[in-house]
Amino acid sequence: MKFIIAILQPHRLDDVREALGEINVHGLTVSEVRGYGRQRGHTEIYRGAEYKINYVPKIKIELAVDDGVADDAVAAITRAARTGKIGDGKIFVLELGEAQRIRTGETGPDAL
Amino acid sequence: MHGGVPTWRLPENRAKASECRRQSGTWETGGIAMDSGNTAWILTSTALVLFMTLPGLALFYAGLVQARNVLSVLMHCMGIACAMSLVWFAAGYSLAFTDGNGWIGGLSKLMLAGIGRDSVVESAGIPETLFVMFQMTFAIITPALIVGAFVERIRFGAVMLFSILWLVIVYVPVTHWVWGGGWLAEMGVMDFAGGIVVHATAGMSALVIAWMLGARRGFPDSVHPPHAPWMVMVGAAMLWVGWFGFNAGSALAAGGDAAMAMIATHLSAATASLVWVVIERIRFGRPSLIGLVTGTIAGLATVTPASGFIGPSGGVILGLIGGVLCYFAVDFVKRALRIDDSLDVMAVHGVGGITGTLLTGFLASAYFGGVGLADGQTAAGQFQVQLIGVAVTVIWSAVATWALVKIITPIVGFRVSNQAELEGLDLAEHGEAGYRFQP
Repeated sequence: MKFIIAILQPHRLDDVREALGEINVHGLTVSEVRGYGRQRGHTEIYRGAEYKINYVPKIKIELAVDDGVADDAVAAITRAARTGKIGDGKIFVLELGEAQRIRTGETGPDAL
Repeated sequence: MHGGVPTWRLPENRAKASECRRQSGTWETGGIAMDSGNTAWILTSTALVLFMTLPGLALFYAGLVQARNVLSVLMHCMGIACAMSLVWFAAGYSLAFTDGNGWIGGLSKLMLAGIGRDSVVESAGIPETLFVMFQMTFAIITPALIVGAFVERIRFGAVMLFSILWLVIVYVPVTHWVWGGGWLAEMGVMDFAGGIVVHATAGMSALVIAWMLGARRGFPDSVHPPHAPWMVMVGAAMLWVGWFGFNAGSALAAGGDAAMAMIATHLSAATASLVWVVIERIRFGRPSLIGLVTGTIAGLATVTPASGFIGPSGGVILGLIGGVLCYFAVDFVKRALRIDDSLDVMAVHGVGGITGTLLTGFLASAYFGGVGLADGQTAAGQFQVQLIGVAVTVIWSAVATWALVKIITPIVGFRVSNQAELEGLDLAEHGEAGYRFQP
């Protein structure tokens, strides 16, 4: 099993969800997060004064998938989230040691 | 029967109030005619002016601060509104509007003594209770304007004690000078709704208190941006609407003066708003909402002293000039003076109100559709009177504010600790949180 964490542009979230649905990956967790990478942030101007916004709003999604699906999932996220501009985000793939569905007690891939 | 009361709001050229009274519905009390039309309009105006502070100004300011300080700003405005009401009742009204000398009124109406249902403001044909209340709403918003200078770093007790003392030491005397038959009124100063009384006093005091308090952490390069520009717009819109009560209500009559004041006020607000977005568009490429609504307030403050004396084109001219001057005053205070008058009270209210006051004599001329000047007065002569009024008021506001800060600091403290400033005043001073996103 793999655990995928992706940091996205907030406005790409709906497309990412749709792309994952198309390859039958259902279920992910979404958080509103802030951070910076090469995009670094931006400036906003209020009453003539510039304010540096160092941490840009992003969306973080987390999902657990079976080993065979992981590459497709990463490809789907990449396809749907890419705008080609700086600030599109990153995808991290981790080995997932165990998973358990709380309601039934199922474990391993069955729990996903 | 009312010493000083309304010779103030204006001079010679208005016997109009009593003319209106004869035409519309009246009732008698103690042999003096009360005017139901005027009374109805001033009742309405009183509610509108209180609405400017609660919640208009409170929201306007609260949106401009960080999320961790939103409640503290709302507290300042609400707390000031309550305290000023009692001070006005106890002594403020009497000291401002009863006969005394040229500098301060008398003590005959402390605790509103002798003012009952039958008391009348003769020149306007309205109950004196209503006049007291209408003026009270001005006494509330003026110290509340100063809040913009010290947000995000002042102790709540300091806000309350300073505001109470400031009302008595600065606002009340200046009101007496200008509107209560004092020395500036004798000189013929023209301040229809508070360019001197409200905006010059608040603006200058704001500058001094901000300077004494010191800047917010990180000023000027890394302070945090406004947390809710939408809230700023909502507050500014309420101020705009409420300002009709402030300016058109200051005619103290439901007639042509009020209506003309309303048009001039509205046009100045609209013009100055556009001035700000045009400057921003040229300078930064993008017109901002906060810029637009700050222009609105600049236009409203600028037209205030002139509003009842000028015509519609005078409103547009004041909006243009006030809009431009206030815009660059923001940069001047924060960049050149390096004073963290955080929400630009001096730049927007002070500079606007002073600009309008100085130009009133010129724009009141019949050429611009105004009411004209007093017999024998010239525009240059009026300008001199206006200048004296502004200068003395600004100096008194600055000196008194400096002294009051020195007095209150040992009693209630002044600035919060570094820790409290980092944590935010909502939690540190009030034990509350403005926003709770988690259950």
